[in-house]
Amino acid sequence: MEKVKCECGHVNPYGTYLCESCGKPLIEEKSKLANMRYEGVARRSQTYTRTFVDKIWNFFSSVKVGIWIIVVLLLTSSLGTLFPQEMYIPPGENATIYYEQEYGTLGKLYYQLGFHNLYSSWWYMLIIAALGISLVICSLDRVVPLHRALKTQRVTRHEAFLKRQRLFSQTDNAENIDEDMIKAESLLKEKRYKIRKENGNILAEKGRFSRWGPYVNHIGLIIFLIGGMLRFFPEMYLDEHVWVREGEQEVIGGTNGEYFLRNNEFMIELYDEEDEKYQPALERAGGPVVKTYQTSATLLRREAGGTIGSETELAEVKDHDIRVNDPLTFEGFSLYQVDYKLNELSSFTFTLESEEENTDLTDIQFEVDLNDPEDVYEFDNGYRIEILEYFPNFVIDDNREPTTINRIPDNPRIIFEVFPPEADPEEEQGELSLVGIQVNEPLNGENDYTIRMTDVDMVNVTGLTIRKDRTLPIISVGGFIFMIGLVQGSYWHHRRIWIQNRNGRLVLAGHANKNWHGLKKDFKYLSDQTTIPMPVDQSEESSEEENEGVNESHDPTQR
Amino acid sequence: MIQLSANMLYAAFFLYILSAVLFAVSITGSKFKNHKGEENNKAGLFGYTTAILAFAASLTYFVTRWIAVGYAPVSNMFEYTAALGIALGLAFVIIHPIYRNNYLGLFTMPVVMLIIAYASMFPREVQPLIPALQSHWLTIHVITTVLGQGILAIGFVAGLLYLIRVIDFKKTSKKVKGVEFIIYTLVATAAYIGLSFGFGAADYEANFAYINEQGNEAEVAYFLPPLIGPNEGELISEQGMSPLVEVPAFIRSNDLNTVVWSVLAGLLLYGLLRLVLRKPVGGAIQPFVKNVNPQTVDEMSYRAIAIGFPIFTLGGLIFAMIWAQIAWTRFWGWDPKEVWALITFLFYAAYLHLRLSRGWHGEKSAWLCVIGFALIMFNLIFVNLVIAGLHSYA
Ligand code: HEM
Repeated sequence: MEKVKCECGHVNPYGTYLCESCGKPLIEEKSKLANMRYEGVARRSQTYTRTFVDKIWNFFSSVKVGIWIIVVLLLTSSLGTLFPQEMYIPPGENATIYYEQEYGTLGKLYYQLGFHNLYSSWWYMLIIAALGISLVICSLDRVVPLHRALKTQRVTRHEAFLKRQRLFSQTDNAENIDEDMIKAESLLKEKRYKIRKENGNILAEKGRFSRWGPYVNHIGLIIFLIGGMLRFFPEMYLDEHVWVREGEQEVIGGTNGEYFLRNNEFMIELYDEEDEKYQPALERAGGPVVKTYQTSATLLRREAGGTIGSETELAEVKDHDIRVNDPLTFEGFSLYQVDYKLNELSSFTFTLESEEENTDLTDIQFEVDLNDPEDVYEFDNGYRIEILEYFPNFVIDDNREPTTINRIPDNPRIIFEVFPPEADPEEEQGELSLVGIQVNEPLNGENDYTIRMTDVDMVNVTGLTIRKDRTLPIISVGGFIFMIGLVQGSYWHHRRIWIQNRNGRLVLAGHANKNWHGLKKDFKYLSDQTTIPMPVDQSEESSEEENEGVNESHDPTQR
Repeated sequence: MIQLSANMLYAAFFLYILSAVLFAVSITGSKFKNHKGEENNKAGLFGYTTAILAFAASLTYFVTRWIAVGYAPVSNMFEYTAALGIALGLAFVIIHPIYRNNYLGLFTMPVVMLIIAYASMFPREVQPLIPALQSHWLTIHVITTVLGQGILAIGFVAGLLYLIRVIDFKKTSKKVKGVEFIIYTLVATAAYIGLSFGFGAADYEANFAYINEQGNEAEVAYFLPPLIGPNEGELISEQGMSPLVEVPAFIRSNDLNTVVWSVLAGLLLYGLLRLVLRKPVGGAIQPFVKNVNPQTVDEMSYRAIAIGFPIFTLGGLIFAMIWAQIAWTRFWGWDPKEVWALITFLFYAAYLHLRLSRGWHGEKSAWLCVIGFALIMFNLIFVNLVIAGLHSYA
């Protein structure tokens, strides 16, 4: 493609419509004001339109398309809040029937369309991907040419350029023009403008770096999205759950068996109902309100050299009270307080009683750890009690066989076999009984001995979530860059003032990428202290025609 | 302390009324500008000074309540909504000196009053904080968010001002209907406040025994006369009347009843206004704002949104994510409140991009400002009270 040479001598890329150097319009436009967006530079998307790649490029670099993508994302996102997402329906509910049962036909449709998992659906991902691609392409399309145009711009601009700025005025035969220009220079410096001079013309510029704000924030956004995308790789993050009983320790998943957590104590603290301050609110709540969930925990680490499986030495690393809002963290892992179970059965204490009057069984007392029962309990006076079977969570299954649901002692049943001193455990069968809470049944005929439960011990169990998320640093960096760009582009503005002396004719023009009000104030400051006039806002002249009935002056500083 | 803080909020409310009146004087008085131009400007100055005083009073409420309850008072509907009103007051105090537009004052003050009064309709007692809320991030996240929303709300006020200034109310059109609808919404909110306040002062309470969603017997209290009754409801209190209609158990009948009352009373109030004015309410306001320069107001609303957007993003998304990571183990969980914050963010991002192209300045942009504020209010009220999620602590 041919380059375009401007009369000022600068060679512009094909497609430029305002000369990068002097600003002369290279392509005639009908409107009275120059289109200053991106300084009138040639953008790839405006220049190449032929090949397939060009078409894709042009599609994604269009702001219009970008806005559509944002709007589509916005609308689809809102759909997902119509009914709860699958992860928020009550635990244990089956999604296939839940939505229809709760929300009728609409709920059924919601489920069938996959809206119950909207945010992880392929088409939602596709929209986000489109957003990402659009961000990359639109930024590339603009940032390089914009950078070049701002760098090559000359102080002396073509008059056609100045005339078509929104703020413009010219004064023929301006008096004390030289004096005014010297004064203007120092006044603008005072206002922190950077001044460049050429042939007695002035270009005062300020806040140019804010022009990079949008690109910085888009880069931040892209990094953020990349970070988010990495979550599709399971290695990038860990999400596990562990239950730890009081006084016990469990291995922390994901640490290769290196770290363990001991639960020293779990407690729940409630707000004091007598507390005057909270009384009205507690009454309204109609029940106790929890103040704290806390696990007093100790982090343990396998000593170097200890082999897996053998009796290992664990060293204490640190103590921490894990609470909601205060996880235990180490080496990128975090342990969160998320769940608990109060008063889980932990051990039963039994004694043995006999039908016969004169047997002395007072010595026989034993405790069965429900999480780790022993097989055999032997006593000095020769008695021996074996555990034949243990069902921590007892049920009768479909085949009418006794079995256990899991290893959690929610409904423990034990089958004991009792051997008096004279019996030979190898040869004979002892008396069998099935024992549980409020259950004590002989299994092989009448029993002479009865196992009696005398005590029950319970513990609290804490439920912790284990997290490690390697994408967090990327996402944080992305968010941080995004914020910087946002602030840079929003709280600073690019302003330019051109003052030119064209043989005694004073030509004045101004441009701001936003906050025209601020630019006008700066002009006002100039005109108050010199004979330089306020420029005319040429866009207001046209808007006035549309809004008839405005009879006040338009000086924005007046109101 | 609690009493002091409550009194300061009342004081702020009345100061905002005074400020609105002063701004009104500053504008209507300008007809006599030729005779005593200087004096007219003063009313605006007094209005602004009063607005600063009102903000100071509301800030005192905030600080004293903070001391009294022991945590930043932004953790239930009353506290949060009041904070939104305070933030809007602050945003005005900051933005007014830039543009010195008394019309903006005239429009902002009533909105602040409305928000503060609306806030006071929620239970105001001191609440014990549940564990999930016990974090400094509560303070940081919510205060930043509410500040951002307050500034964004200035965009709404300026947008409304713009619309009333430029729309032709002589012909009926969709635009006129739109503006009238916004005004109606404000009137209905005022009606709700008036009703709740009136019946509250009279200690009105009607109780019903009814059958709830689970099929159990339960009780429900009404603080406005029951037009809408609960499922198989039976009046068990002295006050009350028999409802006109009964709704199924899955609907919260007393809340619906309040909504119905507000809609009806709003209609009545709005109808009266129309009857008295004999033209659209916006059309009746228009002559007072005819001296407003539309372009200035347009720039003002854009500016407010450009300033508010980064703050809202920081508080409502970034701080929110940091806190969610600490409290809920994940920085993002697609909870309805999170999604609606994202939607608000995307909406304003779309707005900013639309401002890049010609064609979207002025009127269209003003409509967008109104919609944006509607989203903020939707997220505050509807998502909190109706779409229950992790965030509903009201
Ligand atoms: C959620 C996604 C996005 C966010 C949060 C975002 C944010 C922003 C912000 C804050 C600005 C500055 C606006 C101003 O200063 O008034 C901006 C400018 C811009 N954005 Fe985006 N943007 C997003 C997506 C996109 C997409 C998809 C495109 C692609 C077409 C795009 C194209 C642009 C362009 C061309 C500018 C103007 C740059 C300039 O003035 O030099 N943005 N964006």
